[in-house]
Amino acid sequence: MRFVAAAIVLGAVPFLGLPAFYESFLYLVFHWVVLATSWNILSGYSGYFSFGHAAFFGIGVYTTAVLAGKLDWPFLWTLPFAAAVPALVGVALGAIIFRVRALRGELFALLTLAVTFVVSTLVLNTPVDGGPGVMLSAVSIPKLAPTVSGTFYLLSLVLALATVAIAYAVYHSRFGTGLFAIHDDEAVAEVMGVPTYRFKLAAFALSCALAGVAGGIYGVFVSYVTVGETFSGFVALYVILMAALGGTRHWLGPALGAAALTTLLYVFTTSDYAVAGRAAMGLIFILVILFLPQGLLGRFAHRKALPRRNAPIPSAAPAAKNMESILVVRDLSKAFKGVQALSHVELEVRRGEILGLVGPNGSGKSTLINLVSGHYPVDGGSIRFEGRELVGEAPHRIARAGIARTYQIPRPFPHLTVLENVALPPMFGQVVMDRAAAEAEAWRWLEFTGLAGKALLQPQHLNLHQRKFLELARALASRPKLLFLDEVLSGLTPSEMNEAIRLIRAIRDQGATIVFVEHVMRAVMELTDRVVVLTYGKNIAAGAPGDVMRDPQVITAYLGAAHA
Amino acid sequence: MPSYALLGQSALSGVFIGALYGLLGLGLTLSWGMLRQINLAHFALVFLGAYLTYQLGAAGMDPLVTLALIAPAFFLFGAALHLLLARFKVNALNTLLVTFGFMVMLESLIQWIWSADFRRLESHYGDVKWKVGELFVPLPELLTLALACGLALAVWAALRFTDLGKAMRATAEDAPIAAAFGVNEKLLSLLLSGLCAAFAAVAGMCLALSHTLAPSQIYAWIGVVFAVVMIGGLGNPLGPLVAGVVIGVSEGLTMAVTAPVWAPLVSFSLLIAALLLRPEKF
Repeated sequence: MRFVAAAIVLGAVPFLGLPAFYESFLYLVFHWVVLATSWNILSGYSGYFSFGHAAFFGIGVYTTAVLAGKLDWPFLWTLPFAAAVPALVGVALGAIIFRVRALRGELFALLTLAVTFVVSTLVLNTPVDGGPGVMLSAVSIPKLAPTVSGTFYLLSLVLALATVAIAYAVYHSRFGTGLFAIHDDEAVAEVMGVPTYRFKLAAFALSCALAGVAGGIYGVFVSYVTVGETFSGFVALYVILMAALGGTRHWLGPALGAAALTTLLYVFTTSDYAVAGRAAMGLIFILVILFLPQGLLGRFAHRKALPRRNAPIPSAAPAAKNMESILVVRDLSKAFKGVQALSHVELEVRRGEILGLVGPNGSGKSTLINLVSGHYPVDGGSIRFEGRELVGEAPHRIARAGIARTYQIPRPFPHLTVLENVALPPMFGQVVMDRAAAEAEAWRWLEFTGLAGKALLQPQHLNLHQRKFLELARALASRPKLLFLDEVLSGLTPSEMNEAIRLIRAIRDQGATIVFVEHVMRAVMELTDRVVVLTYGKNIAAGAPGDVMRDPQVITAYLGAAHA
Repeated sequence: MPSYALLGQSALSGVFIGALYGLLGLGLTLSWGMLRQINLAHFALVFLGAYLTYQLGAAGMDPLVTLALIAPAFFLFGAALHLLLARFKVNALNTLLVTFGFMVMLESLIQWIWSADFRRLESHYGDVKWKVGELFVPLPELLTLALACGLALAVWAALRFTDLGKAMRATAEDAPIAAAFGVNEKLLSLLLSGLCAAFAAVAGMCLALSHTLAPSQIYAWIGVVFAVVMIGGLGNPLGPLVAGVVIGVSEGLTMAVTAPVWAPLVSFSLLIAALLLRPEKF
């Protein structure tokens, strides 16, 4: 409601007969609000800092310049193209660079910086510009308001409101949650079912499109565009500074920062101290990163959880134990630079059982989990889940098929609350839930694991035992058919261990099949139906827990030959 | 098709410009690869060094002698910058942002003192030129090549063969573990950071000898030099020089065969190709 009221008040400004100066100044504010907010949808939310926003803004400028200035299209008709062309360029670029697995944030930042140079070189030396710049003063401006400056004011107001509304919607949506998870730990996000590649591409396209429209309007506003002005390094600098100042983890942060800095800049550039003003911007930039790394809104405003809705824990009948195999691993091999972590491993998991997977340190248990969950590519062999081949599938598709895992060393998303951590997998699981349903589901599992009291804290406030249970809750919330537990008991005290064993029984009784990797033999003997033993990446035994533990080969593997 | 003499001259000037890329990239690759700091201010420092060389040169000082003044001063600046970044525990991405701020401030400083006009150092080195066969070999460029090779080899040898170098590599791999084995990790990082800034002074002197200076030119070097650093492999002192010469020669030949305006595309295309063909290197 407040949003609508603000929109109406701002929309009325051109009809008040104020001096054109105010409209032009506010136009600039809205212009920077759009650029900073659109930058933030990719870079702030997902953590992939782009230094190339000027390139996409500039492509928008020149799309309109060519269509309206050289081909005489009506101005407003060019704007959809000013959005589409940069978005396409962004997607084409992203399709290449997001494919590189090891692409870190720094590398992305520098590549996008280089893109600015390339695009400006291309524009400067092709008929798009050719050197002298493009005159747009002949483009006719539609009369939306009593004055020309009023028209630009209204156009940029509409675009700014739309951009902030999009940022708000993304922030609160499943898409936004996925982007925040990518920001914190992309590998885990993918294993929890987030289609990271597609999400990054979509965010990049959205970000480029909005910057492009702002560029299309800007070109006609300044009425004469040149390569030097359009692709100047300061566009990238200013949008990052604005977003960092306001807070990159908040939908309104960049808009707030944009309003503040545009005002500052305006004061500096209209005074006699333009160079000093630029130096001051540099100094502010340094101070903000050092002293306020989360920005104003990041420091003082947090993402609110939806009101708590309690749902009872479902009392699904335990899956009938039978001989049907849910997972069949055949001849699986994996080497890391000459170290053969797994060679020709066989594994069969039956529906409804708890299968113990044991072996000395370095025997390949965690590697096996990492291969099944898609974390590492497989060298050879096959993994069939409910008859479907998983080798070569993206991790998020494996998660969606109904496989979940915990990490031996807990890897929660550090900037999300405990509740948001647990609500993430249900949003991307077998049944896609919206954020509200996913949070209701998350509360249920927090209750189940005894973490409900910590729901609104960040994971850094949890101790090891609670983090291990957070791993469990997160794996459970996706309601997996098959659950891999990677040493959930290590490091726990005996009483915490008893609690965990009770929990794991309860999980099985909900209907999940469990592969239980563990060194604590008491728990293995108590919980498992069958045990498979690995050593040096090879199978050495399988069978009922009692029998396997008496197998001389197994005793040798654990204790050495003299004891066998 | 251009003549062989033109192609040879283009390739040779490619080697020379590549040496300058390598010299600029040396400090960057060490601070990125070993200290996890991506130092954009390095570019502004290089230009500050170049302008100081220009100023002292105008006062009659030999450019090589000016290094004795500028390099120690820059060493202190580099160490101070490291103290600041270490004090606030700035992560790799944020070092990029903080040093971006420093770059803008240094650029404003340069513009304030020397204005936005082009400046050119007049020195007796600039007039010396030899003719080898059909090729011209100018002295300033040859000096740059010698300094780039000498420094890169010296750093490589120091890292590989001295105890100090081994301790530095251990620190780069895992600072807390190195510290646990008795390596004074803080002091070494300060030393390395100072050295990187001192290398910027050397690169600045070479830049002043062979190029016309303007504050806005700072930004023109960023793209290609970072491409050189990344293709060369982070933390590898010989990497930027080798990659620099490869890119420089490719640019030179591109300019000779097509038109000079397309040269900026070369480094970017090579970087993308390297990313796609050998992603495990990054």
